[in-house]
Amino acid sequence: MFEYFKNIWSGFTTALHGMAITSSHIFAKSVTIQYPDEKLTLPSNARNRLQLEMSRCNACNSCAVACPVNCITVEGTRVSPDDPQQDVHWDGKPRKMWVTRYEIDFAKCCFCGLCQSACPTDAIKHTVEYEYSEYDRNKLLYKFQTLSPAEAEEKKRLLAEFRAKEKEKECSSTAGKAHEAKE
Amino acid sequence: MGEIKRMDLEYSQLDSDRMRINVGPQHPSTHGVLRLEVEVDGEIVTEVVPHLGYLHRSFEKHCEKLNYQQIIPFIDRMDYISAMNNEWPYVMALEKMLDIKVPEKVEYIRVIVAELNRIANHQIAVATFGMDAGAFTPFLYYFRDREAIISILERLSGARLLYNYFRVGGMAADIYPGFKDDCLNVVKQVRKTNAEIMKLLIHNSIFIKRSANVGILTPEVAINYACSGPVLRGSGVAHDLRRDEPYSVYDRFDFEIPVGKGDVGVVGDCWNRNIVRVHEMEQSCRIIEQALAQMPETGDVKAMIPKRIKLPKGEVYMRTENPKGDLGFYIVSNGTDKPERMKARGTSFVNLSVIPEISKGYMFADLILILGSIDIVLGEVDR
Amino acid sequence: MESTNFLWDLFGRNVWTVLAVISLPLLFVLVYALIAILAELKISAWIQERLGPMRTGPWGILQPVAEVIKLLQKEDITPDQSSKLLYNLAPFIIFTGAYAAFAVIPFSSAFVPAGIDVGLFYVFAIGSISAMGIVMGGWASNNKYSLMGAMRSISQLISYEIPAAMAILSVVVLTSSMNMQEISSMQSGGFWNWFIFGGPGGWSKLWVIPFTIGLTIIYFIASLAETNRVPFDIPEGESELVAGFHTEYSGMKFAMFFFAEYANMFVVSAILTTIFLGGWNSPFGDFLQGPWWGVFWFILKSFFIVLLQIWIRWTLPRFRVDQLMHVGWKVLLPLSFVCFVAISLFAMLN
Ligand code: SF4
Ligand code: SF4
Repeated sequence: MFEYFKNIWSGFTTALHGMAITSSHIFAKSVTIQYPDEKLTLPSNARNRLQLEMSRCNACNSCAVACPVNCITVEGTRVSPDDPQQDVHWDGKPRKMWVTRYEIDFAKCCFCGLCQSACPTDAIKHTVEYEYSEYDRNKLLYKFQTLSPAEAEEKKRLLAEFRAKEKEKECSSTAGKAHEAKE
Repeated sequence: MGEIKRMDLEYSQLDSDRMRINVGPQHPSTHGVLRLEVEVDGEIVTEVVPHLGYLHRSFEKHCEKLNYQQIIPFIDRMDYISAMNNEWPYVMALEKMLDIKVPEKVEYIRVIVAELNRIANHQIAVATFGMDAGAFTPFLYYFRDREAIISILERLSGARLLYNYFRVGGMAADIYPGFKDDCLNVVKQVRKTNAEIMKLLIHNSIFIKRSANVGILTPEVAINYACSGPVLRGSGVAHDLRRDEPYSVYDRFDFEIPVGKGDVGVVGDCWNRNIVRVHEMEQSCRIIEQALAQMPETGDVKAMIPKRIKLPKGEVYMRTENPKGDLGFYIVSNGTDKPERMKARGTSFVNLSVIPEISKGYMFADLILILGSIDIVLGEVDR
Repeated sequence: MESTNFLWDLFGRNVWTVLAVISLPLLFVLVYALIAILAELKISAWIQERLGPMRTGPWGILQPVAEVIKLLQKEDITPDQSSKLLYNLAPFIIFTGAYAAFAVIPFSSAFVPAGIDVGLFYVFAIGSISAMGIVMGGWASNNKYSLMGAMRSISQLISYEIPAAMAILSVVVLTSSMNMQEISSMQSGGFWNWFIFGGPGGWSKLWVIPFTIGLTIIYFIASLAETNRVPFDIPEGESELVAGFHTEYSGMKFAMFFFAEYANMFVVSAILTTIFLGGWNSPFGDFLQGPWWGVFWFILKSFFIVLLQIWIRWTLPRFRVDQLMHVGWKVLLPLSFVCFVAISLFAMLN
């Protein structure tokens, strides 16, 4: 009998305790952040959308190898010394590789940050930019290369030409050498 | 359409005793995409069959195609609520294989982030358990606090949930200035909220009525089913790898292992499983405080190891105390930079297997609570 | 007895006034439901340290309107295997049940839609109709969750009707009237004369006050159960039964359930106000007393009870089915009997 009343009493009082606690929160400051108007400030190392700094990238492919989901595609071609257009890196050193293709598929990316730590020149970096949703998944394929396909072809052709010339020279010089040796 | 024919049922044809109900995969309280096939007799559960695999991602097979560094982000995605704790045993397994000694400071950072993540995990566990019982408000109080923990971990690692913060032999980044104060603030807030939740939810008479004496898991059954973590400790077995097989620097801290004592209900019921988590949060707070005090101020957090990790031929198994229980990784290496075989002992998977055993004979509403008290994450169950 | 309906005093009793009398509560229900939904959203948010809806209108006050419009636009889905007639009828029956109870609620000394003499009895009779609607909806949906929700709901409604009836009966014993208007007018002259404090009477009523307060609480708890509110929201028990008996309903029909729930909340609050909290009487004797102030006081008190229900909802966990029965039959019922006997004794002695 005593148990019975104790139960009822504790049911009643614990409910009142709970109500006291919840009511004490009514006037507490709200923690809501009204998203599009207010935004959380992300720490500077937050891993969100990647950004490529072309003047640093030398198409070494480390990032593509490091990526666990294979969402980076890098293609490069050597800069032909005959190329009328020569470029320098951010630190003033001459560019050795043209980046003919650099694509990141953000639909695949899992923001693990491995590419960022693999890059030897800090070219690829996470930014704090996270609002880039798209209705079309294909739009998430970001192309970072600055060269147009035609230009890329041109660079490849220049290199191939240069290589061919080199080879020819080499052939002729070796041929010349052989000739000399004969003589 | 329209082909379905109505049957004219005679009374004698009506099967009046059992009903099969599908709980999930889309159900408010299956904590993910778990499907429970439940047979009920009125309101009494007579049989439960969990159906898994809705979230299967072929994790173990996938790892065989990745190098050791690339596996870490995938491990985050197993138990995504406590990713820090997931990465640890894996990294430790590699370190054991490579025979790397981790710098002192790194060990302390690992302890702190793991304990912070443990608190965050238990907050979710207790909160969702309360929500299964119908109390919604504690859920949001805990989430408010969890936000502080998440933002500390975010500032450390750069991500809010899937950290990828552990590296073989070190960490991805050093702590930031002000880290200590942030941690101490979190500890203070966690204690305050826990005191409040104790009154608001845990000791609420309705909540006690709902969760005490429900889903009793005896120590024998728990051990036979290889349960671990709060599920095992709720049954009164003081098993905690942090103390029983001290790894890292856990032997330097003074902390207790809370077990279900049965001060309300009986040992091994839902209430006791749940209270273990609340007490563990307090113990984690103590560990964090001690670790912050002992942590060396300076030191490098990145050990010098080659970029491409190659394990010597052989195999290794390493386990640590995840918030949900023992989490172990078994790695077979063939000497290349990719594992030959990788096996994870998923805590949630093992703990979930005890559901059919302990939920028979209780009411349908209890089944939901029992499921909540086990604290599973489907990412880890299905892997 | 003087008339209790100002419309009939003013315009006489004809088709138009009858229509007006009928539609006034409907208008009230609609407006009130919007306010109550907003209160529910906002209070839950404040309790949980959130802001709640903030985007529709200033501070989100138009949120309920937006929600109703959304519900109206939604596709109305009828399950293929459902029993169509019952399925479609159920929401109307539930809403009718909730709405019909407004007929006898005395909003003011000058307005009660139908001043019938057995008002309390009528409320109880009508209240059971919604139970019928719940079973119809739950059964006709051809969904196991709905069916279980409906079964639970019925057992719950039946068991909690008895303590609620005991609470009301003891007031009937004190007043020897079932006319809600009469009961209201008996409690005039300050809050000390309300039935929560034993009703009108001299100092001799002191010893009966604990019992009347107890009955008020018992009625309040039982009314929570009758309106399926937390901690007794088992028929809808979100965590196990998804949405209980209205799992399959969508669009307008769901809105009817929604409205009916809020209307029911008001009905039970109004009854509690009328029989225990002095109805439309001002708590300060003749101060601010009168037909217009009556409306104010009545709605204020009822709304306070509604807020209490909301507050409880966001505080407590929910019971289990058997525990609910335990509370109903083994706690509330005996206690209400004790109070009833004590009050009857008091009434006989006077
Ligand atoms: S963040 Fe990770 S997944 Fe994304 S591109 Fe870099 S390595 Fe690949
Ligand atoms: S981004 Fe960095 S790692 Fe990737 S190709 Fe360019 S330089 Fe190499």
